[in-house]
Amino acid sequence: MFNEIDCNMNSNLQFSKVQFPNEKRVATGYAPIALEIRRDIVKMLTLAKSGHTGGPMGLADFMAVLYFGKFMKYSANEPQMPDRDRFVLSGGHLVPVLYSCLARAGFFEPDELSTLRKFGSRLQGHPGLDTELPGLETSSGSLGQGISIAVGMAMADKLVDHNDRKVFCLTGDGELEEGAVWEAAMAAANFKLDNLCWIVDNNDCQIDGRVRDVMSIYPLAEKFEAFGCNVIEIDGHNFEQIVNALDKFEQNNKNKSGKPTVIILKTFMGQGVSFMQDKYSWHGIPPTEEQAEMALQELK
Amino acid sequence: MKNINLQGKKTTRHGFGEALVELGEKHDNVVVFGGDITGSVMTSFFQKKFPERFFSIGIAEQNATTIATGMALSGKIAFFSSYSAFAAFRNADQLRVSVCYNNANVKIGGGHSGITVGPDGATHQSLEEVSFLRALPNMTVVVPCDYNEAKKATIAIGEMYGPAYIRFGRSSVPLFTTDETPFTLGKAEVFREGADVAIVACGLMVWPALLAAEELKKNLGIEARVINNHTIKPIDGETLTKAAVECGCIVTAEEHQVYGGLGSAVAEVVVKNAPVPMEFVGMKDRFGTSGEPEELLEKFDLNWQAIYASTLKVIERKNNGNCEYRPLTDIPKYEK
Repeated sequence: MFNEIDCNMNSNLQFSKVQFPNEKRVATGYAPIALEIRRDIVKMLTLAKSGHTGGPMGLADFMAVLYFGKFMKYSANEPQMPDRDRFVLSGGHLVPVLYSCLARAGFFEPDELSTLRKFGSRLQGHPGLDTELPGLETSSGSLGQGISIAVGMAMADKLVDHNDRKVFCLTGDGELEEGAVWEAAMAAANFKLDNLCWIVDNNDCQIDGRVRDVMSIYPLAEKFEAFGCNVIEIDGHNFEQIVNALDKFEQNNKNKSGKPTVIILKTFMGQGVSFMQDKYSWHGIPPTEEQAEMALQELK
Repeated sequence: MKNINLQGKKTTRHGFGEALVELGEKHDNVVVFGGDITGSVMTSFFQKKFPERFFSIGIAEQNATTIATGMALSGKIAFFSSYSAFAAFRNADQLRVSVCYNNANVKIGGGHSGITVGPDGATHQSLEEVSFLRALPNMTVVVPCDYNEAKKATIAIGEMYGPAYIRFGRSSVPLFTTDETPFTLGKAEVFREGADVAIVACGLMVWPALLAAEELKKNLGIEARVINNHTIKPIDGETLTKAAVECGCIVTAEEHQVYGGLGSAVAEVVVKNAPVPMEFVGMKDRFGTSGEPEELLEKFDLNWQAIYASTLKVIERKNNGNCEYRPLTDIPKYEK
């Protein structure tokens, strides 16, 4: 189906075939996986000729641990597995990093990544459940909604079905300017959702500039603590810290602390490519082919 | 008329509240979300019976709608109800992206709808939501005419898959259908036979439509077909086209703005399949005001007399020829 989509494939932008199915996870270490994800993002965005590059690049390290570590239960062979944990992407524009993870985890072939944002593709500019893309849990794109969906899912698991599934949800930091996000924070604490892990990508970049300049959301950790959350602040590019933070969430969930976990990831937009690093101008643009070549030279 | 007799008055919200309990008894995956005014919209009946499946979200309609989506994506039939002024506007983006784009099994109960919420005034008189909701892909929109129909409609949307909206009101309205009156989602019902004019109504305007038809018969010998078009979306094109062809002119009546509601939905069908003259009874592009329901219905021409007058006008246009040019002076000017 997807190979009928015209992708103007440049040979430098071919996708590798490597996948990291369940049994091969962790063993390879996270660094090569994160590198592969970053290479995917650069290629996908270049081929798409539009979209958001910087945010997904900054999330590659965290997503490598989440999708290829021991923390999230899922099966690429059975995407609808009833006891799977769920990942809800609230910031829909960050979806290239998710598509890359799903492809590398074996939900679909990596070649399909070349179809991002193209007519007829399952890889919509912002994720759409109507595409029936395996591994995708929700549509998103209008900021501030996914976290409430995740709250609803965590409530279903904890309060109605009484199972031990977990829900992970990723929001950006600019996204926290949406008021409804704080309604979700209130509800997550109110319903004691210790099975919910809310990840905030705190790169302090949004399209118009630094988050602190456009509309400050700070102090952040204190806000979440005041709402009643268990807050963990870490370097989002340090695998050990990421693993430890997710371990703490596991403990928090097992101990039935009654508190949702919020992991604040300190990241850099465009991490891994020198000319993109920490530049908010890379929020909403794709690389040109020349820039892609330079970026891929660095990502080795 | 099929089993249509006035049995007294009762609110449509009672029908909604009682049906939720019935649904809860039948299906253990029904969950209900409250937005603080649970007694008013009668989700409190469900809360009392199934406290473990009722969740209070507080005064946060955006959050309630999206949490309901998360529940629906976990296999639940998720109802959220509040006043339609908040449950179908404040959460507009959430309805569009989270509920409809996900095609999530979320049901919205819009209470205290229309002008008849009365003394609360314009902020609470939701007169536009049908227009917005029927434009959303995947959304089903139902506007029941009385207590019994509200009950049937609530159960029907609970037992279908996908996003749906049911509209109900605060005040007591004539109860004239029975358990035996046919009700199928998406199927308009002919409540009175006739071929001189068709009156297509929904919600609390169905009863005045029947009254207008009786007056037309008594005074002028005109036989009006009265159609209860409870499902605004998906619209019953077959019944409406048949009415256009057989009656030759149509009046629509709704407790909603004339822009985008039932009248527009009917016109879309008629213009495409069998263009005939139409007149529209509804709110004429203005906000309401405080007052008792009966006073307001009269003030804003939402009664049998308004339907009667529109019927005479549309029959005259039919008799003068369908495609007659109407001079601009004939376009009604709405008073401020």
